[in-house]
Amino acid sequence: MNEQLQLDFDKIIKTLKISEKEIQLKKSFLKKFINNGFPNKKQEDWKFLDISQIIKKNISDLSFFNDYSLTNEIDPSIFISGLEHNKIIFINGRIEKIDFNCEDQNQIEINDEIEKNITFDYKNSLIDLNNAFNNKVFKILVKKNYSLKKPLIIYHSTNDKINSKNVNLSLNFELEENSSLRIIDYFSDNSNKNFVNILYNFNLKKHSILKNYKVDKFRNNNLNYSFNNIEQDDNSISETFILSAGSDYFKNEVNCNLNGEYSSAFINGIFSLKENQQHEIRSSINHLVENTKSYQLIKSVLGKNSKSAYQGRIFVNSKAQKTDGYQLSKAILLDETSEFNAKPELEIYADDVKCSHGSASGSLNENSIFYLMSRGLSYQQSKELLINGFLLDVVEKITDLEIKNLIKNIIGLKE
Amino acid sequence: MDTREKDIEKLKDYKYGFTTDIENIKAPKGLNEDVIKFISNIKKEPQWMLEFRLKAYERLKLLKEPNWQKPKYPKIDYQDLYYYSAPKSMKDKPKSLDELDPKLLETYKKLGIPLQEQARLNGIAVDAVFDSVSVATTFKGELTKHGIIFCSMSEAIQKHPDLVKKYLGTVIPVTDHFFATLNSAVFTDGSFVYIPKGVKCPMELSTYFRINASQTGQFERTLIIADKGSYVSYLEGCTAPMRDENQLHAANVELIALDDAEIKYSTVQNWYPGDENGKGGIYNFVTKRGLCKGKNSKISWTQVETGSAITWKYPSCILKGDNSIGEFYSIAITNNHQKADTGTKMIHLGKNTKSKIISKGISAGFSDMTYRGLVDINTKAKNSSNYTQCDSLLMGNKCGAHTVPYIKNKNFDSNIAHEATTSKISEDQLHYCQQRGLNSEEAVGLIVNGFCKEVLQQLPMEFAVEAQKLVGISLEGSVG
Repeated sequence: MNEQLQLDFDKIIKTLKISEKEIQLKKSFLKKFINNGFPNKKQEDWKFLDISQIIKKNISDLSFFNDYSLTNEIDPSIFISGLEHNKIIFINGRIEKIDFNCEDQNQIEINDEIEKNITFDYKNSLIDLNNAFNNKVFKILVKKNYSLKKPLIIYHSTNDKINSKNVNLSLNFELEENSSLRIIDYFSDNSNKNFVNILYNFNLKKHSILKNYKVDKFRNNNLNYSFNNIEQDDNSISETFILSAGSDYFKNEVNCNLNGEYSSAFINGIFSLKENQQHEIRSSINHLVENTKSYQLIKSVLGKNSKSAYQGRIFVNSKAQKTDGYQLSKAILLDETSEFNAKPELEIYADDVKCSHGSASGSLNENSIFYLMSRGLSYQQSKELLINGFLLDVVEKITDLEIKNLIKNIIGLKE
Repeated sequence: MDTREKDIEKLKDYKYGFTTDIENIKAPKGLNEDVIKFISNIKKEPQWMLEFRLKAYERLKLLKEPNWQKPKYPKIDYQDLYYYSAPKSMKDKPKSLDELDPKLLETYKKLGIPLQEQARLNGIAVDAVFDSVSVATTFKGELTKHGIIFCSMSEAIQKHPDLVKKYLGTVIPVTDHFFATLNSAVFTDGSFVYIPKGVKCPMELSTYFRINASQTGQFERTLIIADKGSYVSYLEGCTAPMRDENQLHAANVELIALDDAEIKYSTVQNWYPGDENGKGGIYNFVTKRGLCKGKNSKISWTQVETGSAITWKYPSCILKGDNSIGEFYSIAITNNHQKADTGTKMIHLGKNTKSKIISKGISAGFSDMTYRGLVDINTKAKNSSNYTQCDSLLMGNKCGAHTVPYIKNKNFDSNIAHEATTSKISEDQLHYCQQRGLNSEEAVGLIVNGFCKEVLQQLPMEFAVEAQKLVGISLEGSVG
């Protein structure tokens, strides 16, 4: 595989118009990746779902080269209707369009000549892979006191031109003081057996608000990996919602550093999995100063042969007194072949904190089904109603009304 | 000097910190085939036992010391340890208590072990382990009447080779992890218990461990077999005198419960934790594992861990038989520079198996405490359930408390519930107690004992009192 990597890397370098300095930087990332390879289950963070095995099993000859010099046609049918929005469109990992038509153009800056050096600590070879192979990295800056009127929808779509490819894309966001941004990551895939690797880096200044909703709804055979790094200053709020239901494999990682006082982070997630799907959410919330807050709620509904994993970590620094941290993960196993794994972890070095976690898993409650059936519902209807209620709980946590309704429609949940 | 300072002064002197001056027989320093043969030879072991050890040693050579744990420690030089040391006067085993070396008896007296009169009064049969050789076994007569075998491991190898051969290494195989395999290769002595069919052991069986000679790793091997329909409660208490170098303790404990049998295993561990600067202390790297082999069997672990510089152990239950039950109750207290990484593993293999985990962690001073647990419900373990509760209490902001549970549910008929909280003693509670005339230390003691109540209740009476006192002593000087 290493030869393939080197070969594809040389091809990429030829097609990209980048400076010598950048080439050197990319080379160093490639070297790091070649040294470490794909993560495997020997690493604690990959214990439950071993990506190197999954890639081996699903993609026989993974190649890393994409020709980013060719444009792709945008298929308008993928757009979400009924909601005015700004767009960023990725097709096969290439940015085809950035459109902030709904906004005041002076308040948003889009920059593509940014320093690509990673500023946060990580032990994750997929980030190296991303940095070595990604095409253009844009930085989107929302200026002081500006709140975007409409949400930004980032379309992640692939078409049938690519197959067995590794696609890497990366975006940076900076929210200046008192600004706010809502992002929906919307996945729609028309391709097979690709490995998509997404890296977002958010920098939240004082009083800013970020809401990120990830919607992976449509069944496809791709493998996805997404890493969000969120740095938060005083009084900032980040809200992440993950619907993990479409791809064969999807691992969402959120690393959140609460660097400023009174900052808070919320992560809510739904797994709704069927045949042969394997999904994971791994969160790491680092409470680094006083009076910070975090809340996580993850629910899974697992069908035949599916597997979900949740690894949540709350870290509380010795300085971070008055921390409030909470994690809850629940799972319903519908079939004897489904599997749920959890590792809710607390690492606490301060005494005046309130941290707790809970985890529960089991089958649907027979008594509840009986109750509903005694009121005239069929077995199937009762099951559906119970699952509906179970998942609705998470969607109700979404603070943005417009988007809450949109997501309810997408999932097909009834009130 | 006010009382608080005095109390701290008192704490500096470890109550059990004395060494008894007895000449030791030691194996040559280091770990190699010759040392293993020496141990086997001096204990007059049969060939199969030597082969068992050598097989483990072969395996050990391929293994690496694990390093995923939270508390890190300086590298142990395994060639710099003595693997066998026995008091010289033990060469010819005494027949009764009167023949014991008076110095040995004095050591036990200082520890407050009820070896003689007290033992009879309390109805406890004691199999005391002094360094590596079992000193004396009391209450043999009473136990023999019921057909119960309670003796040292070396004696069992001589007298009951069939039982030992059949069960030794079935729960912790020689191919296990580094420390367990090390133990299999060089273990010196330990307790052996066999409860025959349908017998309820009429008294609590008990062992006290003590680590005496410096630079000796103590490698105990305990094997408890409860045959069909039997019941036994086993107590283990541990203390070690003050030593500057860190001493390694890597024991293996295997429990086997057959159909309808129940084993209750309680530990109170207050080995030397090192001084207030974290110098010295015991490394307690113990492998404890129970196998619920038969239907309707039950194994229950209760532990109170207050000592040792580093505690690193996970008493586990393998629930193989249908309807079997595993329980784990734990209190772990760390103070000063102590570190603990402890918890349990519940592996559900049989149908309708149940497990319950209650873990209470208290950390004070500069200490670090981790609960690490695994609940694994296998595909075939239909209708199983687990309940886990782990609470941590922090005192001061120099210490840490961590919870790392691993939850694996592969069976849709089964339920797993897990809860964990971390908090500190609330000002309100303290204020309430102080208002009623308790000083702050007594108040903390009371609150902590309340916090631990669920676990303390599980201990046999004699232990519960001792444990309650230990909880208080361990936390002295940490309030403020």
